Amino acid sequence: MFAAIINLNGHAGYVHWGFIDLSVPNLIVIVAMFVVFLIALVAPFPGHRRRGRS
Amino acid sequence: MTYRERTRAIDAAARHWDGPYRPYDLIKEATIAVTIVGLIAVTLAILFSSPDEAPTTIRSWSRQNPVDFVSTAMGELDGTSTTAEYGPPYDHGPKAQHLAFIHLQSWLGIAHPINTAQDYVLGPLAALPGQPALRSALATYRRAGSARQLAWDHAYERALTKVADSATAIRAVHGPNLGPVPTLMDSLLSFAQGGGLDGALLANRQFYSTDYTKILMLLADGGALASRARAEHLLGNQWGMMNETGSFPGQGWLWLYTMWYQIKPFSTSPNADIMVMAVMFVLSLGFVLVPFLPGVRDLPRLVPVYRLIWREHYRSTRP
Amino acid sequence: MTATGQPPEERSWTVGVRRRALAALPPDKLLPDSQPSYVASWIYIFGVLSLGALVTVIASGTILATKGPGWWHTSSLGHFFNSLHLWSVELFFFFMVIHLWAKFWMSAWRGGRARVWMTGAITFIVAIPAALTGYISQQNFDAQWISTQAKDAMNATGIGSFFNLLNFGQMYGYHVFLLPLAVVGLVAAHVLLVRKHGVVPPLLLSDLTTPASATATARGTAAGTASAGSPGPVSEAE
Repeated sequence: MFAAIINLNGHAGYVHWGFIDLSVPNLIVIVAMFVVFLIALVAPFPGHRRRGRS
Repeated sequence: MTYRERTRAIDAAARHWDGPYRPYDLIKEATIAVTIVGLIAVTLAILFSSPDEAPTTIRSWSRQNPVDFVSTAMGELDGTSTTAEYGPPYDHGPKAQHLAFIHLQSWLGIAHPINTAQDYVLGPLAALPGQPALRSALATYRRAGSARQLAWDHAYERALTKVADSATAIRAVHGPNLGPVPTLMDSLLSFAQGGGLDGALLANRQFYSTDYTKILMLLADGGALASRARAEHLLGNQWGMMNETGSFPGQGWLWLYTMWYQIKPFSTSPNADIMVMAVMFVLSLGFVLVPFLPGVRDLPRLVPVYRLIWREHYRSTRP
Repeated sequence: MTATGQPPEERSWTVGVRRRALAALPPDKLLPDSQPSYVASWIYIFGVLSLGALVTVIASGTILATKGPGWWHTSSLGHFFNSLHLWSVELFFFFMVIHLWAKFWMSAWRGGRARVWMTGAITFIVAIPAALTGYISQQNFDAQWISTQAKDAMNATGIGSFFNLLNFGQMYGYHVFLLPLAVVGLVAAHVLLVRKHGVVPPLLLSDLTTPASATATARGTAAGTASAGSPGPVSEAE
């Protein structure tokens, strides 16, 4: 009834960089966090620009 | 102006806002946020599901790797297994960790006692009904002095290193210098392969049990869990703490904790766990106390991310 | 009561608590309908998104708890709710970390808000064992491996003697009741403190130049603009 549409049960890839050893899924999550953070910083915030200003 | 005065001034300036306000609907925003996050979670759950790999049992382990199982059982019998040498909270083993003069592991005492020879080998075998040969082998082993027992144990362990990984090969190990050990191990292997040892280790003095300490410690002494973990990149020295089975994201929030285990002196120390815990305790304390830490609390003023966050405000208030 | 004596409500504990609660959080501070003009960035949504993820975590966890820990291994509906539980936990940490970054770069502890930061930081720290006990309550290989690995750190610090990762019953109790209670309590305290103190005002640009002009700029900005919107307390979208 609720089988995964994308099967993540296969082995993950790993990224080695010096002593750092990250799984690709974790790397995706970490990169996504930075990207979302940056977008939230720079994206224009709608609606409130002309309000409450002297 | 001193650093202290300046910090106070900055603090005081942020106490109150007398500037303009804009209309805002808190309940509406919270409702929208909860709904959106709920929908994202449902989407991720439908798209990716979640991992659920079947547990390893003593039965499956002793069938797949009988030699590893019997070698582990011998380690429990002769007191050289990881559990036997662990120290508190399981036993008086010598490997309790400490940090300088701080011996927390030993001070807290033996809360979950395990007598590896008795609990994993002699006890379960003694509880088996019938089998006169096993009964007499057990009696012989128990009567012998510890030096004699160890001589049998070591001779059997040496023989075991030379056999193929099958129950038949293990049952063929016999010899006058092995004493009753082959009989004990043959019986234990049969018991384990039939699934009886799983049950024996879970059933305690009471009928209901939710404590898996003994059976998990035995499994962890063997190679069954570790070989699965290695294949899934879950070992401690593979940053495994933050990984998950399959291709699922794991506990990424443990990145800093698991990082210490990869580098010296932690990666080579027998006291790595207590050292890493101590480092993380200090760092966590620092994290909680950021508002009071000179340097750290000044960083946001020196790296002007705030100019981006409040750019509208600064634009509008500039003369 | 005589005119000289203490009126009865002065001695009432209930009245005392009510007065203190209302003084700290009057209704328009608790549920504000306005907020400072500088709260105008997407970066402000990650607190409430963390809260949304926590609601999903608790809702999916409640459903799993009603059916017991074995259900999701055999039922596809159960497996779906397990997946929902896992992904909402990933989202909870995802949003919480971005929220943390945002509040750090705002130095949001300024102006008597240190307790807001500290309750948030402790929430993050307590959420880690809340998740860990969940991982080891899964009753699968993951649970076997994680519990037998993580026990060493617990034992090395002596914690393992009373917090046994290999005792499923104990861990399940921690996971479905004790640690969620702690997380929800901390989050509640955190949110109420945010309501009490309001969202931190922007750093003054003059903070970085001459401190003498800092106060002047602050006054000028505030005095010149204190007209629009509610004169009420500072407020925030978590």
